[in-house]
Amino acid sequence: MANAKVNICGIDFKNPVITASGTFGFGREYADYFDLSRLGGISSKGLTLNKKDGNKGIRLHETPSGLLNSIGLQNPGVDAFIEEELPFMKEQNTVILANVGGGSLEEYLKMIEKLNYTDIDMIELNISCPNVKSGGMAFGIRCVDAERVVKEVKTICKKPLIVKLSPNAENIGDMAESCVESGADALSLVNTFSGMAIDIYGRKPVFDNTIAGLSGPCIKPIALRMVYEVSKRVDVPIIGMGGIMDYKDAIEFIMAGADLIQIGSGNFINPTISLDIIDGIEDFMEKQGIRDLSEIKGIIGRENLC
Amino acid sequence: MLDGYKSLTIKSNTEISTNIFEIKLEMDLEKEIKPGQFFMIRGWETNDPFLPRPISVADVEENTLTFLYEVRGRGTHIVSKLCKGDTLDILGPLGNGFSLKGAGKKAIVSGGIGIAPMVYLLKNLEGEIDFYAGFRSEVYWMDKVKEHSNFVFISTEDGSVCHKGFCIDEFDPTKYDEVLTCGPIPMMKRVIELCKGIVPVQVSMESKMACGIGACLGCTIETRDGMKRVCKEGPIFKGSEVIFNG
Ligand SMILES: Cc1cc2nc3c(=O)[nH]c(=O)nc-3n(C[C@H](O)[C@H](O)[C@H](O)COP(=O)(O)OP(=O)(O)OC[C@H]3O[C@@H](n4cnc5c(N)ncnc54)[C@H](O)[C@@H]3O)c2cc1C
Ligand SMILES: Cc1cc2nc3c(=O)[nH]c(=O)nc-3n(C[C@H](O)[C@H](O)[C@H](O)COP(=O)(O)O)c2cc1C
Ligand code: FES
Repeated sequence: MANAKVNICGIDFKNPVITASGTFGFGREYADYFDLSRLGGISSKGLTLNKKDGNKGIRLHETPSGLLNSIGLQNPGVDAFIEEELPFMKEQNTVILANVGGGSLEEYLKMIEKLNYTDIDMIELNISCPNVKSGGMAFGIRCVDAERVVKEVKTICKKPLIVKLSPNAENIGDMAESCVESGADALSLVNTFSGMAIDIYGRKPVFDNTIAGLSGPCIKPIALRMVYEVSKRVDVPIIGMGGIMDYKDAIEFIMAGADLIQIGSGNFINPTISLDIIDGIEDFMEKQGIRDLSEIKGIIGRENLC
Repeated sequence: MLDGYKSLTIKSNTEISTNIFEIKLEMDLEKEIKPGQFFMIRGWETNDPFLPRPISVADVEENTLTFLYEVRGRGTHIVSKLCKGDTLDILGPLGNGFSLKGAGKKAIVSGGIGIAPMVYLLKNLEGEIDFYAGFRSEVYWMDKVKEHSNFVFISTEDGSVCHKGFCIDEFDPTKYDEVLTCGPIPMMKRVIELCKGIVPVQVSMESKMACGIGACLGCTIETRDGMKRVCKEGPIFKGSEVIFNG
């Protein structure tokens, strides 16, 4: 059997498949359907310093080949996460990423301080959530804002630091470079695209917040292009995502430059989709005679680099 | 471990009233299915429509699982075109289901397609049960209801069959020890108001869903007990805990 192991930031992943933040809870629900130790990793639901009830009104709206969501970071707060969810996650024998959201620099820093002393494997700093008013995305649009947060967080963070980028950034390549210069050990992208929908009979937006986050296969070509662009700009490991529904999509992201990939909305279509994708990747490697994913990582456009 | 999506073979898929379909699937009954539980269903292989659709258990007989559904949009339209021998992918049973523990005399109140979970409930509830069913114009599934209830009250909004108006027009909550309801929000809201302080209510709530298993927090509703997931802590809630906003 081919070996799909990947190591980034000194951490071993059994395979490149991580389940994406906000689509997998803290793993409990999916543990009823499959053995989570098969996964490369799990990224937690986006955490905030204090418990959050999330947004009111409609939270989901289907679109052609995709989905708009406005969950609003509903989560139990970082303390409850550390006490009640993390022990369960750590028992699953897979890499655990704590996805850290926040409304202010101070909030991010307080959370990192708490997470430093846990056995979380990595931090995924979410500067890209479009669904909270004072939301993390405020930091993910302009490079200067991102630089400030990433620099300060990096100074105190004792865990490998992944910064999760927003596709709504002014320029994704510049943003990636800024984050890396400010100390990001790795980048993950993309979070959801800002989108909206209108209830034409009610003559009002579907979502109370008007703007929501778009995910699913409809964003894949754009997400893939962004991963490609970013991978040509920076030298840190990249976690690619956006509409991955099968192993072919996953291989595309890897060829575009991703070391690892995340599965988000696909989990809603089939709770065991990650297993199919892991098996598919291994099978593809076997059939194509690929011994290590580094052989195909970023092969697209490599010829243009000197 | 629970089963993921399973493909079940369709035995029949019949339009029993305008835009109302009854679909019967072949299923080995290896697990218990409670009244009020639901399945996520998918009758297409493409990414569009993207999400599976939640549909309540309408009946369970030996080797047969039945759903009753109304064609509303693209998803249910596609399912309505499936034929005998085709397959439907289903995940479940999901959610909590009705509590069947209550004693005494009960009333079931349904509006429109809200009748879907009520016949299987009726079959599994003990004691004397009165059934109030409201429809817009056409009446369906009443033979099954009559077979299992003590008294049946039917209404249509346009008066084309039985009482003209709403099924709660002659509903007296003081006659009952428990009330179970499913239907349009204004109806459920009214039932809960009528029963407040008189008789406990179990209500089947709807919400848009993505995962159906409690992970995405997309179906969460506000209750007097905090935020709850319709797909996991529900879809059946106590009437006294739900808050209808707007
Ligand atoms: C727990 C539960 C049980 C249900 N049981 C039944 C049943 O037994 N029979 C039946 O006919 N209907 C039932 N419904 C409603 C049914 O899920 C929707 O009518 C259906 O999803 C509409 O899909 P569509 O593609 O035809 O419509 P579209 O309008 O195209 O749907 C677009 C999107 O909105 C969602 N959506 C639309 N209306 C609803 C709704 N009322 N509730 C939840 N999501 C909605 C769809 O799932 C989809 O994601 C139930 C809903 C829930 C939550
Ligand atoms: C319902 C839902 C909730 C999400 N919550 C979070 C979150 O809390 N934190 C975060 O960083 N990303 C969140 N995301 C974004 C996903 O992790 C992912 O970046 C995005 O959905 C794109 O991938 P996909 O197309 O595979 O879903 C959420 C996405 C969805 C659909
Ligand atoms: S539908 Fe995902 S939590 Fe209920």
